[in-house]
Amino acid sequence: MFDLKGYGPSLMEGAIVTIELAFLSLAVALALGLIGASSKLSGNRLLRNTATAYTTLIRGVPDLVMMLLFYYGGQVAVNNLSDLLYELYEIDFFFQFDPFISGVVTIGLIFGAYMTETFRGAFLAVEKGQIEAARAYGFTRWHAFRRVMLPQMLRHALPGIGNNWQVLLKTTALVSIIGLTDMVRVAEEAAKAERMPFHFFIPVALVYLGLTAGSELFIKWLDKRANVGVVHGD
Amino acid sequence: MPEFIAELLNHNDIFNATTLMHYWDGLVTTVQLVFLSLVIGLLMALPLAILRTVKNPLVSGPVWLYTYLFRGTPLLIQLYIIYYGVAQIPGIQDTFWWTIFREPFYPALLAFTLNTAAYTTEIIRGAIVATPNGEIEAAKAFGMNWAMRMRRIILPNAARRAVQAYSNEVIFMLHASAIASVVTIVDLTGAARDIYSRFYAPFDAFIFVALLYMMLTFILVFVFRKLENHLLKHQRPAGS
Repeated sequence: MFDLKGYGPSLMEGAIVTIELAFLSLAVALALGLIGASSKLSGNRLLRNTATAYTTLIRGVPDLVMMLLFYYGGQVAVNNLSDLLYELYEIDFFFQFDPFISGVVTIGLIFGAYMTETFRGAFLAVEKGQIEAARAYGFTRWHAFRRVMLPQMLRHALPGIGNNWQVLLKTTALVSIIGLTDMVRVAEEAAKAERMPFHFFIPVALVYLGLTAGSELFIKWLDKRANVGVVHGD
Repeated sequence: MPEFIAELLNHNDIFNATTLMHYWDGLVTTVQLVFLSLVIGLLMALPLAILRTVKNPLVSGPVWLYTYLFRGTPLLIQLYIIYYGVAQIPGIQDTFWWTIFREPFYPALLAFTLNTAAYTTEIIRGAIVATPNGEIEAAKAFGMNWAMRMRRIILPNAARRAVQAYSNEVIFMLHASAIASVVTIVDLTGAARDIYSRFYAPFDAFIFVALLYMMLTFILVFVFRKLENHLLKHQRPAGS
């Protein structure tokens, strides 16, 4: 189909990096989203304000700027920390802040903010009486969350999670800018070297298209499963 | 107060008059790029959204394909394809188009415009499709033809329904415009990257630019809130 001029294997490896990055960031984002949403709905004022500051901050700043800040700033911060540790305790500590970690941290943080909003809405959509009933049956708070809240809330959260995932997938392309060898980076280098931009970018675009289209189907299937037994109005 | 600022600038290695001017130029470029692509994108999206709702698949199909392709792939790839691609079109370097597309600003503008037009088309389509049937029936009963229904009934109400989603798209575009810096455009992010590499001061360079973006975002949020209030005035509870 396509003659990739010997760049085929590196493009393939790049695609795997992209997918790994996307799934790891998703895990970070989901965890942060749950924590963020619980904080936003908690009675503790400090937690609530911190979560609000987090989501406002993230949604005001472009993802690329955030990524550059973490990538370049992260290394400087780690260097300063290791200098300090060496001066104070003579601990020899070094840690390379690589683009993959910066990518996962940044994308996870950004989408954690969006997931926070998604989960907050989903938590609120579950009737309060459900939790009260669970507590009345003697469920512990954790049990009530795990057995009653979570399964019901997921149904409301799924469409939002699906949307966020689609955007997240496309955001992973940005890590090529901070030097991670994902498929966009490989394609860019190949396109420059061979002077054939269409030849290398179009297959990469098709891979993204395949990933988003596949996710769409999968989310639809999940949604159907999560809504089993729900009787819709009309 | 001005003396205080002058004093501060004199004793600041990074944020002196030269670098602040650099940021200012970047801000102007970002605003131009975002504003132009949004305006042209909106003008493209309106007819496309109407075509997208036409029943004939030969008309709506191509529009669907266009929005599907541009929404299913990253903007960065679209930018690369257009930026590196136009130079490869045979013979373009001899035409006057080359004088335009040689500047990275215009390929970026084209990519951003096509991208935002695709998203906006879907937003407007969603709003058109959501028109309550009763409104259309009433318009028909009054003897309005298709064009008049569109102009007087469907589109004004669709605008009300679309404004919330569109404000998100505008903010998304502002943030997405940061990638213009990868094709050597000195926008806000490009300015921050220059200043980072000049002084090796990542925190100062990027946190400052993050604050500028945040300011722009809040201005947009404010403007859209006003617009929404204005458009949805009739839905507010009486007496407020």
